Amino acid sequence: MCNCKEMEMKFEQLDQIIDKHKAERGALIPVLHEAQEVFGYLPYEVQERIADGLGLSMAKVYGVVTFYSQFSLKQKGRYKINVCMGTACYVKGANDILGKFLGRLKIQVGDCTPDGKFSLDSCRCIGACGLAPVVTINDEVYGRLTPEMVDQIMDEYERKE
Amino acid sequence: MKNKKRVQLTIDGMDVNVPEDYTILQAAKEVNIKIPTLCYLKDICEIGACRMCLVEVEGAKGWQASCVQKVAEGMVVRTHTPDILNFRKKNLELILSNHPAMCQSCNRGSTGCELKTLANNMDTEFANYAKNQEVITANQVLEVDEGISIYRDPNRCILCRRCISVCHNIQTVGAIDVINRGFNTVVGTTFNRPIDESKCVNCGQCINVCPTGALQEHQSLDEFWALMKTGKHLVVQTAPAVRAALGEEFDMPIGTDVTGKMVTALRMLGFHKVFDTDMAADLTIMEEGTELIHRIQNGGPLPLITSCSPGWIKFCEHFYHDMLENVSSCKSPHEMMGAMVKSYYAEKSGIDPADIAVISIMPCTAKKYEAQREELAATGYQDVDMVLTTRELARMIKAFGIDFPALPDGEFDNPLGISTGAATIFGATGGVMEAALRTVADVLTGQSSDSIDYTQVRGNEEGIKEVTLEIAGLTIKAAAAHGLGNARKLMERIKAGEHFDFIEVMACPGGCVNGGGQPQQPSSVRNWMNLAEERAKALYRSDQESFVRKSHKNPAVKELYKTYLGEPGSEKAHHLLHTHYIKR
Repeated sequence: MCNCKEMEMKFEQLDQIIDKHKAERGALIPVLHEAQEVFGYLPYEVQERIADGLGLSMAKVYGVVTFYSQFSLKQKGRYKINVCMGTACYVKGANDILGKFLGRLKIQVGDCTPDGKFSLDSCRCIGACGLAPVVTINDEVYGRLTPEMVDQIMDEYERKE
Repeated sequence: MKNKKRVQLTIDGMDVNVPEDYTILQAAKEVNIKIPTLCYLKDICEIGACRMCLVEVEGAKGWQASCVQKVAEGMVVRTHTPDILNFRKKNLELILSNHPAMCQSCNRGSTGCELKTLANNMDTEFANYAKNQEVITANQVLEVDEGISIYRDPNRCILCRRCISVCHNIQTVGAIDVINRGFNTVVGTTFNRPIDESKCVNCGQCINVCPTGALQEHQSLDEFWALMKTGKHLVVQTAPAVRAALGEEFDMPIGTDVTGKMVTALRMLGFHKVFDTDMAADLTIMEEGTELIHRIQNGGPLPLITSCSPGWIKFCEHFYHDMLENVSSCKSPHEMMGAMVKSYYAEKSGIDPADIAVISIMPCTAKKYEAQREELAATGYQDVDMVLTTRELARMIKAFGIDFPALPDGEFDNPLGISTGAATIFGATGGVMEAALRTVADVLTGQSSDSIDYTQVRGNEEGIKEVTLEIAGLTIKAAAAHGLGNARKLMERIKAGEHFDFIEVMACPGGCVNGGGQPQQPSSVRNWMNLAEERAKALYRSDQESFVRKSHKNPAVKELYKTYLGEPGSEKAHHLLHTHYIKR
């Protein structure tokens, strides 16, 4: 699946991001954010480039990446499914919703389907408790879900590219 | 030091008058109160994270961490109220609840584990945390990382962050950091890869500052017992710094020179020959001094940078590989000794080098990694078969039940056990440079110079020590850096165009006497004394008392060149005593 040309371009973009922030104090976090937008996640090679570019140790970069939950070490899908497991959602049956996604996608939480289409994560409270239980897929929000609705939503997404 | 403003305060009802930049912890020491600490280590880790040293300050909001809180005029401090004592005990019990209670099988258990000492002193009750302990530590066993030099057991780690601080701030290597968050927090490498795959240079300073047994050298004793059973001819050598610190493991005062007892103990342990790395240090001076003179007279490349410290070598290979041609091609002294044992000594004594095992007792963890470098095998066999640290030697002596302090003095074996005062001071920062200058001055002037003591390059108050000398019409600008952070500063100055002729670098702050393989002294000792300086005194005293104090006057070295190697820098010397480096 390696598209080397595409990768090269992404790394060129990363170098530009690093150059843009290099002189700032506390450049690491903005660089990590933008790098994740480009690559979708933060693999070893990307962190290595960032560490070298900003003159930091790789252990430091990795430490920051693993501290903040918004940074990911794993490839994300084109459709990023995020199941809210906050208190309200949990009480309203978020566990069943998550179970439904796990069953359909046949992957673990935090992983991505082999075709790179879907990735599944759970999070703690996205602040939409009135809609509990809530799921987001990329920027779309789906509220007051039942396991049956998950099937409908997934059918719809499976028809998409 | 300028006259600092002093302040008056009260600690536990006692009046104290101290300089205004003192912390409460320091001020309390003045009235003989030792406030317990755990994460604090002077100059290295001053973050007030562990909360063991909390004290009550009248009028202040909440309790203050005395390791970082500065004193103030009129301050009223209470260090040991029942509430504080109870808090410290609970706090410690919580830390202990996430620490395996397996002190019997931990090397640190019997030698000054700071956590264990505190637990004993504070009367912690195992029953209070045992129940939680099973849940947390037994069910979440973290993987142990057994590197070639460094052994890391994250289960024993209490997250004090001293190791991270020394690695980042003092050594500027940054091989380890805090990974993850909350309950999952560990000290680890990037992507949790083995330490050997990181930029770790194996200096072992993290081991020296660790309050528990979480960081240790690679454990080689089992390998040694196996080697002993093979029936090989066992040749041991000891580095200069070992003799200045080994006694500490047997409760002898810091700075005691135990050379003679060490030699006796090594014989009792069953080594067939006991040689002195000091002899090879003299050899190093001959080779490196020749290299320096050659480079000065033939247009460089300058500066020549010393190569005795394998932590520095790996650092240079990682971070300054564009300057590797400046590094002397000389092997480190114990590798030179290994090569001489397997060539010169083997031939002389009629023993097949295949049947000889060279064991180096070193103050150093980086030497373990160094000994396995493929390029260090001049005779076709590894120059050095095994490296044991000062601590490991102490463990062997204890395992054998040898009453070390009571031992009579022994003498090194001939001929590779004869050395000079110049070699002895290799163990302290500036020592290699001083030894080299003694010889270079004589060679360049063609006379025996009376100036032997180059005190400008001694001591460890300054991170970089500089000296400019006029010798036989030549101006030699030299500098000695200790601690890799200081080495980095010096390298940056050179890259920026500053000229030096000769540079000594020691990876460890204070030089080998403070190496990563030396006895671990707890913060209760390190916070209040200059450990490296005290150990170095033993070496300078020994140098002062030596009959021969210049490497080129070592009779064994002269004999070696006359009958075996030819001239310093000869083809044979190059084959046996020199090496090359690898860009990493």
